[in-house]
Amino acid sequence: MSAPAQHGSAFGVQAYARVTSPHLRVAVEQATYAYEATDRSAPKFMLGPVTFEARQSELVAILGPNASGKSTVLKLLAGLEKPLSGRVQIDGTDVSSLDLRTRAQRIALVQQESELLFPLRVWEYVLQGRYPYGKRLRFESDEDCLFAGNALAQVSADALRDRWMDQLSGGEKQRVILARALAQHPSLLLLDEPTQHLDLGGKVELLRRLRRLADEQRYTVLVVTHELNLASEFCDRIVLLHKGKCRRVGTPGEVYERELLEEVFEAPLDVERRMGRRPRVMLREMD
Amino acid sequence: MRPLTPKRVALVCAALLGVLFVVVVISLRLGAYPISVADIVVTLVNGALKHWDRIPPEFSLVVFGLRLPRIALGIVVGAALSTAGAGFQALLRNPLADPYVLGVSSGAALGAIISLIATPHTAGALQASAFAGAMLTITAVYFLGRRGGQLDTATLLLAGIITMSFLSAVIMFLMTTLSGRDLRGMAFWLMGDLSSPTVDLRWLFLVLIIGVGCIYTTASDLNLILTGEKEAQHLGVNVQRVKFVVYVAASLLTGLAVSVSGAIGYVGLLVPHVVRMMWGTDHRLLIPTSAIGGAILVVAADTLARTIVAPTELPVGAMTAIAGAPVFIYLMRRRMR
Repeated sequence: MSAPAQHGSAFGVQAYARVTSPHLRVAVEQATYAYEATDRSAPKFMLGPVTFEARQSELVAILGPNASGKSTVLKLLAGLEKPLSGRVQIDGTDVSSLDLRTRAQRIALVQQESELLFPLRVWEYVLQGRYPYGKRLRFESDEDCLFAGNALAQVSADALRDRWMDQLSGGEKQRVILARALAQHPSLLLLDEPTQHLDLGGKVELLRRLRRLADEQRYTVLVVTHELNLASEFCDRIVLLHKGKCRRVGTPGEVYERELLEEVFEAPLDVERRMGRRPRVMLREMD
Repeated sequence: MRPLTPKRVALVCAALLGVLFVVVVISLRLGAYPISVADIVVTLVNGALKHWDRIPPEFSLVVFGLRLPRIALGIVVGAALSTAGAGFQALLRNPLADPYVLGVSSGAALGAIISLIATPHTAGALQASAFAGAMLTITAVYFLGRRGGQLDTATLLLAGIITMSFLSAVIMFLMTTLSGRDLRGMAFWLMGDLSSPTVDLRWLFLVLIIGVGCIYTTASDLNLILTGEKEAQHLGVNVQRVKFVVYVAASLLTGLAVSVSGAIGYVGLLVPHVVRMMWGTDHRLLIPTSAIGGAILVVAADTLARTIVAPTELPVGAMTAIAGAPVFIYLMRRRMR
């Protein structure tokens, strides 16, 4: 594991790992959102206010049970929705004020895999990530190919480049989808439940890869996930949501408290804390 | 990794244009009046150089008066239907979409017939009415084909087929108001008929180029829309604008084709699929090759239609349907597997 060593310190009072890296990349300030109310019913869902930030080279997990507002936060960050109040900024600019292409150059969103209509080769799929840099109809340049090749290399998928997308395994496909996002050369990577269809080995490998991308390539990575222990192991910061409210933001040590997690996830849980180790969540034995 | 280059697009298109030229020459050669290939080429070259005095009058009549206008009409109709099909397939994310299967051709035909009955002598009314019919139909089919806010492949096809049968019933009803002679002509026209170009071909080519050009400007956007509208939006595609441009342009092309030739089916389904099998799914190549391929298919089908049981002429729509329906079933079964 490459990263955790640098975050080590006494649990509970872990200092932010990258205080020395001052570049603030994402700032969410008092952001709220509500799904449209119809005439007959009250708003279906209210989010916020949510406040947190993420710096360069940070890996941040957005955690919470279903319908806690995780995906809505991701939509606000991706600029797909505009906050009702408050601000969502990337590098000091409101995300919703960016035009589509500029946004795609700065923010890449990796969603759960989509169904492809016609067969496509891996390299063709990854080259699509270069779209925000092309003029209309522009054919891909050598530079675009270079970026796409690098993106494939960063996810160790060089060998897959001539394969058909529909012949890949779940883990391979996830890597290729990530490669397309990297080909966008963004500063912010957003991932919506990327571990959903992966087995345990695949999940660990993906989180490790994201950690490395943050450390070595200086991406800011925000990942929505249900994996509490993997998030604790690999992430610098946790944003814990519950019923549209932001319950706590901080290092895993600060967020993983038994009472809080039990209340949020509505399950009997134990949090194991050992000196020099990240907290670990377990199911509490029933008496 | 070998991305698509403009050179490759130009080369493939040039090769296909060569094939189209050969098909055109063969089509010019076949018919009741015998004329050799050498004579055809000489006549065409003289015609292109405007040396009208060097062309024997009978060749002039057969080539420029009879056969070439019909071939030119076939080129316009084939290119228009095929490009519209490729556009609808990408936009609706449905490989079985085709102006005919979606009922858009029937909508355009209904528009044309209403115009023939209501405003028989107004210039341009037929074309405008066919375009309006096509637009209204694709809008209706689009909304009927949604299930739970999402476009559903099977629901969309059902919506298209039901719309087509409804519109056909209305067309039948309107046709009973026509006199016997008009009726026969109309029935033949509805099956697809290239025998009587009534509009100046230069206008038809102009509208064709505008329609195909509009869709071509969105080619790289369509590549991304194929992987999903939301994903395309994340990658910076202005999805709403692309959809608007392609819907309007594809409806314009369908309206154009139907207003001059009736409802010729399956061209928009057959050609883009063959092109995809040969050169892949990139719309920067798919759109122009589909246009030329459609022209080749319709000119060839029409040549067969007028020679296979000569002197009787078959409707060209019957020819394309005979070839297209089995392909449709094959594609549908492959997709269901």
